Amino acid sequence: MTDAASEPTRPGPGGTARPLRPEPPAVRDAATNPWGDVWRQFRTHKGALLGLGFLVFVTLFCLLGPWLWPVSPGALDVRNKDLRPVYHLLWDGSARVSWSHPLGSDQLGRDLLAQLIAGGRVSLAVGWTAMLIAMLIGTLVGVLAGYFRWLDGILMRFTDLVLALPILPLLLVMMLLFRDPLRATFGPATGIFILIVTVIGATSWMQTARIVRGDVLALKEREFVLAARSIGTPARRMIPRHILPNVLSPIMVSATLGLASAIITESALSFLGLGFPSDFPTWGKLLFDSTDRMADFPERVLWPGLAISLTVLSVNYIGDGLRDALDPRIRGR
Amino acid sequence: MRLIPALLGATAALALASGVSAQETRGDSGHLNILYWQAVSILNPYLSGGTKDVEASSLVLEPLARYDQDANLVPWLAAEIPSVENGGVAEDYTSITWKLRDDIVWSDGTPLTAKDVVFTWEYCTADGTGCAQEGKFEGITAVEALDEHTVRITFAQPTYFPWVAFVGAQSPILQKAQFQNCVGAAAATCTEANTRPIGTGPFVVTEFLANDVVSFAANENYRDPNKPHFATVTFKGGGDAAAAARAVLETGEFDYAWNLQLAPDVLQSMQAAGQGQVVSAFGTLVERIEVNLTDPSPSLPEGERSTLAHPHPFLTIPEVREAMSLAIDRQTLVDVGYGEAGRPTCNLVPAPEYYASDDSECATTFDLERAKALLEQAGFTDTDGDGVRENADGVRLSVLFQTSTNAVRQDFQALIKSWWEEIGFEVELRNIDAAVYFGGDAGSPDTIEKFYADVEMYANNFEGTDPTSYLAAYTCDKIPSPETQWQGQNINRVCDPAYEEMLAQFQATGDQEERSRLARAMNEYLTLDNHIVIALVDRGRVSGHANSLGGVVLNTWDSELWNIADWYRIAQ
Repeated sequence: MTDAASEPTRPGPGGTARPLRPEPPAVRDAATNPWGDVWRQFRTHKGALLGLGFLVFVTLFCLLGPWLWPVSPGALDVRNKDLRPVYHLLWDGSARVSWSHPLGSDQLGRDLLAQLIAGGRVSLAVGWTAMLIAMLIGTLVGVLAGYFRWLDGILMRFTDLVLALPILPLLLVMMLLFRDPLRATFGPATGIFILIVTVIGATSWMQTARIVRGDVLALKEREFVLAARSIGTPARRMIPRHILPNVLSPIMVSATLGLASAIITESALSFLGLGFPSDFPTWGKLLFDSTDRMADFPERVLWPGLAISLTVLSVNYIGDGLRDALDPRIRGR
Repeated sequence: MRLIPALLGATAALALASGVSAQETRGDSGHLNILYWQAVSILNPYLSGGTKDVEASSLVLEPLARYDQDANLVPWLAAEIPSVENGGVAEDYTSITWKLRDDIVWSDGTPLTAKDVVFTWEYCTADGTGCAQEGKFEGITAVEALDEHTVRITFAQPTYFPWVAFVGAQSPILQKAQFQNCVGAAAATCTEANTRPIGTGPFVVTEFLANDVVSFAANENYRDPNKPHFATVTFKGGGDAAAAARAVLETGEFDYAWNLQLAPDVLQSMQAAGQGQVVSAFGTLVERIEVNLTDPSPSLPEGERSTLAHPHPFLTIPEVREAMSLAIDRQTLVDVGYGEAGRPTCNLVPAPEYYASDDSECATTFDLERAKALLEQAGFTDTDGDGVRENADGVRLSVLFQTSTNAVRQDFQALIKSWWEEIGFEVELRNIDAAVYFGGDAGSPDTIEKFYADVEMYANNFEGTDPTSYLAAYTCDKIPSPETQWQGQNINRVCDPAYEEMLAQFQATGDQEERSRLARAMNEYLTLDNHIVIALVDRGRVSGHANSLGGVVLNTWDSELWNIADWYRIAQ
């Protein structure tokens, strides 16, 4: 990364190449902290800042939650079933509430707060992992297709092919084929986790691959790449040193979008009753389980629904802010 | 008055202004929308054990006799119910002679004859058909046509409840002309016949989309010229119980929805919308956990999993099964899942009274300490402190517990898991889409018959009042296996000569006292004594119909759609 920043030629993608001209105001900061600029620009985007704050909050909530609220999400407490959240007392003094279940409990007396925490851990873990997988595949395919002309046709047609695959039937088939072996090797929860993460990752890298390929195609014709090539830099050095750092910004932006869509896909799968076993809460599954009683207990859909929407929204805002911050042409202004 | 509804066929609701006309002419009630949230995959009950398939085909295919809502036999295609008094049943109970009505024609216009009845028996008992209803023909040595409209069924030994074959929706008559090339291994390949059977019933299939929608139209050749009242029927499948209940009770999009297995509080709040009503009746439907006596481990090669070749490592131990049963609080399950429409039971045969064992002690006992003691006794202790018991050979009490995707069943799973974990089991839950789970597809690993799990939960019942074919399911030859295309009703893989001995005696006894004793003994063998079937809840059947739909008589002893020819639209 520091290679990229200290690279004197660093041009903006698509901008005209100004290979040897240093950027006068930024050069001092860049020397001390290459990401300082990015952060300063990012800070000016209010939405992105709020989004980042929320994402950190949700992540901490899910990571530290089990210590702060040590109630098992699967613990049944049939005597205390169907409790309302404590805030119901504000407008309904007769509501059945209990401080031992601040957000209420479901029809079997499982604590909603504990389920939200446990569900968030799974949903976020699926989101992050699937996103990382998608980014890895997408970047690899994109760079290879863009850089090596002879691979371009094959890889891009392959990308088209995967784009055309419907994810739900694919997941059903994969469930059928790989569920038992994965379960035997990794245990039920981890097995399904691997399966779902792989499926989501393996079906959401295509946009990234296309964007990266386009950028690489443009970069390849730049003078600094030409210069590097003229001194005999081989592809294995060229790609990590000159190409990748310059396509980092679209990759990061599509990573944030990918995280959001992975969380949504997992929720959709859980909502459809596929995916994780029923005793393994995720935000989508909480939603699914609560739809029957939506009218009587709106809080049971509201909280997981809010958690999904706000996380996705905040990640989208972060992506928006990052795009601005990582684009040097905007950053200067 | 008779002309008007006929003219207005499709807009019958208008024509029925007087209300009396509900009894008038064929097709006068227009269109009927039925929603079965498990989609229909085949319209041949001999090739599918799924209730949804059996009930959908009951619109087209009919048996010789049916049970009414009070469990009385009523003649359907037969002219009368044979009995010893009218000479239909032989004095020594070795044969029964059915006389068919002589005015019945198939929907293609050809007459129904005794040959069709004989053929139906040949069809189901042929080698390789994989007939799902073989239990119905248990003990029959011959079915012969005495003349055009008389059939004699001969039994190997005196059969004191001979009204089993060709009785009820599971055992209807197939048309020989249509199915004669579909016998044996060819049965499953006759798609046209299996999806558009020619029947004698009130409706004919006009369009069949597998696992989606079946469209029916009134049968022009139906025996009663004024019925059915509905001109067309859309039989939609798919979705889930909640969506189905909502479609009938809240939004009124559908007229009839079957099997609304929803928590009592949910149904109540839906019914408050005023579009429809919930109907329920107790029958023989029992929600139960089936224990797999064979090893479903995925480490075994395909084709050997869940077969007799590999007995289950710990579920074959009676103490383990008893501990599992003891650790279930059935009353809590009823409260959570069924409310008024359920009662705790340990019996596989909960009704009629004279066949039901006394299960009150088992049904009310919830004793975790005794369960733990039983496991200790069987040699299972938690030696490594991970909360899961294992025995000296290192066999861990780890079970995979599967059921269909349904909110109530998932609640049950969660509750039972927590109890079993308390006594030292490790429980993994799995839920499978109901259409797959009950689909009987030999290619799917997730069907109830294949049973690639240690325990599984579902509900089943028997038609009519006689549990003979139900109890006859637990014999060695009805074990689903690769050889039988994974068909067969002996889900638990019970194979015990002692049980078959009792069954043979049961089938050979006419004395009601003795039959009751044996039926109870067999029920107790499977449930109270051995806990091979862990019964949970005696379920009332719950369905819903629109307030504008008249004539619905919920029948727990036969197809719910048994009297669909009489259904009509109530004038609004």
